[in-house]
Amino acid sequence: MGVDRRQFLKIAGLSALAGLGAKSAFELLAPGKVEAALPLMEGKRWAMVIDMRHMTEDISRKCKEACHQVHNVPEFGDPKVEIKWIWEEEFGHAFPDQESEYVADEVKHKDFLLLCNHCSNPPCCRVCPTGATWQREDGIVMMDWHRCIGCRFCMAGCPYGSRSFNWFDPRKAPKDLNPDFPRNPEFPTRSKGVVEKCTFCDERLAKGQLPACVEAANKIKKESIIFGDLADPESNVREALRKHFTIRRKPELGTSPNVYYII
Amino acid sequence: MLDRVIKGGPKYWGWLIFLAVMMTIGFIVYLYQFKTGLGITGMSRDVSWGLYISQFTYLVGIAAGGVMVALPCYLHDYKAFGRITVLGEFMAIAAVLMCLLFIMVDLGYLPRIMNVIMYPHPKSILFWDMIVLNVYLLLNLLIGWNVIAAERKGIHYQKWVKVLIYISIPWAFSIHTVTAFLYAGLPGRHFWLTAIMAPRFLASAFCSGPALLLIICLIVRKVSKFDPGEKQMRTLSGIIAYAFILNIFFFLMEVFTAFYSQIPGHMHSLVYLFAGLDGYGKLVPWMWAFAVASVVALVLLIVPATRRKEDTLLVACVFVIIATWIDKGLGLVIGGFIPDPFDKVFEYWPTTPEILIALGVWATGFFVLTVLFKMAVSIKEEVGA
Amino acid sequence: MYDGGKIIVGLVIGLCLLLSPFFYNAGKAAKAPQPELTAKAKEAKKCVADTAYMRSNHMHLLDDWRQTVVRDGQRYMKTADGKVYYKSLQVTCLECHSNKSKFCDRCHDYVDMDPYCWDCHLEPKENK
Repeated sequence: MGVDRRQFLKIAGLSALAGLGAKSAFELLAPGKVEAALPLMEGKRWAMVIDMRHMTEDISRKCKEACHQVHNVPEFGDPKVEIKWIWEEEFGHAFPDQESEYVADEVKHKDFLLLCNHCSNPPCCRVCPTGATWQREDGIVMMDWHRCIGCRFCMAGCPYGSRSFNWFDPRKAPKDLNPDFPRNPEFPTRSKGVVEKCTFCDERLAKGQLPACVEAANKIKKESIIFGDLADPESNVREALRKHFTIRRKPELGTSPNVYYII
Repeated sequence: MLDRVIKGGPKYWGWLIFLAVMMTIGFIVYLYQFKTGLGITGMSRDVSWGLYISQFTYLVGIAAGGVMVALPCYLHDYKAFGRITVLGEFMAIAAVLMCLLFIMVDLGYLPRIMNVIMYPHPKSILFWDMIVLNVYLLLNLLIGWNVIAAERKGIHYQKWVKVLIYISIPWAFSIHTVTAFLYAGLPGRHFWLTAIMAPRFLASAFCSGPALLLIICLIVRKVSKFDPGEKQMRTLSGIIAYAFILNIFFFLMEVFTAFYSQIPGHMHSLVYLFAGLDGYGKLVPWMWAFAVASVVALVLLIVPATRRKEDTLLVACVFVIIATWIDKGLGLVIGGFIPDPFDKVFEYWPTTPEILIALGVWATGFFVLTVLFKMAVSIKEEVGA
Repeated sequence: MYDGGKIIVGLVIGLCLLLSPFFYNAGKAAKAPQPELTAKAKEAKKCVADTAYMRSNHMHLLDDWRQTVVRDGQRYMKTADGKVYYKSLQVTCLECHSNKSKFCDRCHDYVDMDPYCWDCHLEPKENK
């Protein structure tokens, strides 16, 4: 026996490392999959302009229905645990900093369509400890439901209340409120314990389709919601912003939200 | 050294069994929460952090408070505190353990907790909080254990322990500063968006931690032969007094900024807490209880006669704990979420399962505290300290 | 051996308990799992990768997909023979392999594996 205990442990440790490493190396060299980038909707800074002058109860409802159907968002019927990707608030609640006693009649009781603003400087992404939410190169603030640990720091960080948490298993939402759930077999549901929100329909953009709410709204009234690339000076959103005065929610916070409202 | 833990009287075992029962109940209810979802708590889409995170915040303060015994001893040669630094360190261990447990029971997807380490995001304060808390736990374990082991053998602890001690002192400040940063950098939460969040947290920590330590020392004196010391408790009471005055002063500064500026965003949460908003006022009686408890504690701590007498000092410490617990453990976290980003009020109140789980975590912490203190005090008794 | 009798008896009992599953299943050979292909899968002949690779590495493939699809936004892949696939468990894989209970579950149940993918990703509706 020429090997003492210390040497034995060193050899054993190194062998274990080699054994583990070898397996991973083998897998890395597995038959390759060539990536095909088929960019169908390319943009650098996706943004939305919602024309509140033409927004009606019907359009808002159809937008919400379209979004929640396409993404299998469950209805719990309880504001405590509700999940909403797009919803309505009165002017005073959508823009509390603009609150005044004497708001134009037309605006005062209108229900503003609210959703994640996909900010250019998103505090939610700053605070996420795992990168389950992050800002993509095209400006979309994206969600990775495989990585979310459900800490809800992003919910605390969002100044707009755009995020919802799965307090219960979405598949266990009341059946009478969710007939035929899940309505879209091509999109997953989420599990309990993760945060979710609007993702500007990134899966539809990849197929060359407009976000579900934009499509639903424009079916009823063309250009009621304009979706386009803010970085392109010739885009529809830039043209709309040049032509009409718009407001955004809480711009003073420096988040640079990308959802604009034509009043 | 741990063998001293299994030698105890009926009251000792009774206390441990009571704690074990609370821990078991908490654990079983947690399994129910794990299976069903966090919806069984009182948290909601608007108030997405509740009892668990507020207890975590409070306990980080208690953990940091232990440094108030170490700092005078090691940096200012106040040797008298040398008697009880170990007790401060062991209290910190129990407190940090509870902090970590509260985070774990609050997570929506606990099995993925390693994601915080596997996918580090240094921009997130939660990442740094994980680091500083775990390192602080490790520091206190190494320091406390080695110091008490050396005491048992009648020798001075080894030199490398001193290095760790010197690190642990600013580290204690860091754990609560980082925890304050969780709140103080969020642009949408005006109640928390204040530069003095970290100083407030530290002031609160340096009165609540030592107050708890003092109460435990008085209990130790009663149930064992070890006397932490008249001089030590007197100095500690002075520290508690100054820290509590500072804590209340900082709070009043917030009140001034909010109400003199008359900016709604600054005022709303305080109005909700102390007067109610839109007809909702569940926390109002609690916050006024905090106010009354604070005044009582201030008087008892400032007046030398009451601070020096043990029974009134005990009452003062209890009121310090009550006051800081309401302020940090209830008012701070819940107040930050109300009113919500739409200026509406959606109230929060913990549910029974939530409270049972929280009590289970507290029981776990106190179990560890009891066990560690039993060991330390038994050793000190033996060496005739 | 001090207390030797008790130790040996204890060891024997422990060993029996430890090896009891083998005793229980002695003589019975559990059949190797036989996943069934749907008509559509048989017609397609080719999967996104060859069968041998898929059999042993489909979980790595799916892991790679979830990284590249969700985090990198790369939703399409091209195989060596030029075919383009949309990288989706629900939409692509399950389009051909829509008989989860007779395909995926066959092997998964055999090795007592319960992937949590199905907590979120929708299983195809099967006519049992």
